Amino acid sequence: MNLRGMMAIYKFEMARTGRTLLQSIVSPVISTSLYFVVFGSAIGTRITEIGGVPYGAFIVPGLIMLTLLTQSISNASFGIFFPKFTGTIYEILSAPVSHVEVVLGFVGAAATKSVILGLIILATAGLFVPLQVAHPLWMLLFLVLTAMTFSLFGFIIGIWADNFEQLQLVPLLVVTPLAFLGGSFYSIDMLPDVWQKVTLFNPVLYLISGFRWSFYEIADVGVGVSLGMISVFLGICIAIVWWMLRTGYRIKS
Amino acid sequence: MMPDATEPLITIDGLSKTYASGFEALKDVSLEIEAREILALLGPNGAGKTTLISIICGLVNPSAGTVTVDGDDIIRDYRRTRARIGLVPQELTTEAFETVWHTVSFSRGLFGKPADPAHIERVLKDLSLWDKKDNKIITLSGGMKRRVMIAKALSHEPEILFLDEPTAGVDVELRKDMWATVRGLRDAGVTVILTTHYIEEAEEIADRVGVINKGELIVVEEKTELMRKLGQKRLRLELLEPLGSVPDALAGHDLELTDGGACLVYTYDAQAGRTGITALLGELSAAGIRFKDLETSKSSLEEIFVSLVKEGA
Repeated sequence: MNLRGMMAIYKFEMARTGRTLLQSIVSPVISTSLYFVVFGSAIGTRITEIGGVPYGAFIVPGLIMLTLLTQSISNASFGIFFPKFTGTIYEILSAPVSHVEVVLGFVGAAATKSVILGLIILATAGLFVPLQVAHPLWMLLFLVLTAMTFSLFGFIIGIWADNFEQLQLVPLLVVTPLAFLGGSFYSIDMLPDVWQKVTLFNPVLYLISGFRWSFYEIADVGVGVSLGMISVFLGICIAIVWWMLRTGYRIKS
Repeated sequence: MMPDATEPLITIDGLSKTYASGFEALKDVSLEIEAREILALLGPNGAGKTTLISIICGLVNPSAGTVTVDGDDIIRDYRRTRARIGLVPQELTTEAFETVWHTVSFSRGLFGKPADPAHIERVLKDLSLWDKKDNKIITLSGGMKRRVMIAKALSHEPEILFLDEPTAGVDVELRKDMWATVRGLRDAGVTVILTTHYIEEAEEIADRVGVINKGELIVVEEKTELMRKLGQKRLRLELLEPLGSVPDALAGHDLELTDGGACLVYTYDAQAGRTGITALLGELSAAGIRFKDLETSKSSLEEIFVSLVKEGA
């Protein structure tokens, strides 16, 4: 195994965060703080609590997930799209690194950044609302699994995209709506019956529900179901990435 | 382990590539490359030179055929073959916001080699990039960027270096520096394969020349041998009095009137036992055609190349 090669990619991607600190860390923290002000303070005065949890605290897991999903996808998709766009990918293709090492380098870095960002937002949330984390290890597990899954998903988008517009298309048109409709800001009990059923088809629901359970032990679906669903998404993403790299899809003619 | 001197270092056997568009970029190319030689692949744009290099380096999948490096297959044993190869592609593709030092160090790590600042320093100094090591690549000139790409390719101490159009868009002085660098690498034991459409480049630095046209390898030969075999010589006679046409008495010779009839050019095969020069001079004298000067010249690699490509068309 070419560990040095893998680490070279990982460190390179991590160093990119340092160069784009404002865009990578500061901007998600600011936007999350704005959500707290708008949803937590303004709307939270009308909705006092959900399932025994103050509304401001209730939305914290959902907000972290929202950022985690969008940032994982954006980091990983840009990480692989940019070398493809500029042509510097030639070096990775000509290097003695396996597909697994390439993916671990790029996706590992994107997931690491997202987890760090998630923890920063958690700390930021602590400034606005009283927080409790009932199951810290479960919380970390959900955080890491989600970051990995959506970084892999971003990697897929980065390979698939031919231009910057396509790169933005899936996050804007699919992921953000799913995240908003997946119970970031509410419990699905609050929806009419039919919409509760529809929401069960939204994969993001399972991520947010499991993650929220690790904080407050309240969930829309069982925690085992959440974990199972994340594992299924992870498996699907791994299979697609494996196929893409094996066939050289849009990278190697 | 250094390869056996009698065995080729790289063996290309029946290599073909047809792109998804149906374009046949390579047609059954077979070629053996010796260790420590400079092989120049000549060919017009779109001839298949870059495709050939890209397959060997892992950028393009072959449609048929095999390539081995010292017995290792480039697909099955890719880790071993790629670790020995450095590639400088044609396009100037660099990480614009990285510094020279970081990008070259990154390349070494990517190829699995432990960090070696002394080696990187040597490479950068050899390529006159040392004083730019902390500069961001975006601030460098085109020629410097090209050298950064060579430094990246040399960072992991490859035994084989592929240079795809290394001097495209490079000024004359820098081109000569580049040639000196390539020669220095060969002398240090590196096998260099370069593509070019500048004939003088091949003529200047190559040990062997391969000509590719429309996906086919037309000829591979020692440069001097190729010029000897295919080279024609010309005898140019400056006439005292211009001629309107070649006299009928001399029609048996391959003659051409140039410079408005002031020059008579005779083309002959330098390798033939009889060049026909004595007979021609005798007949000129008999026809009363006198000349004030004469000179002979050999055809250049460029003329050989043009005639080969035309024949293949």
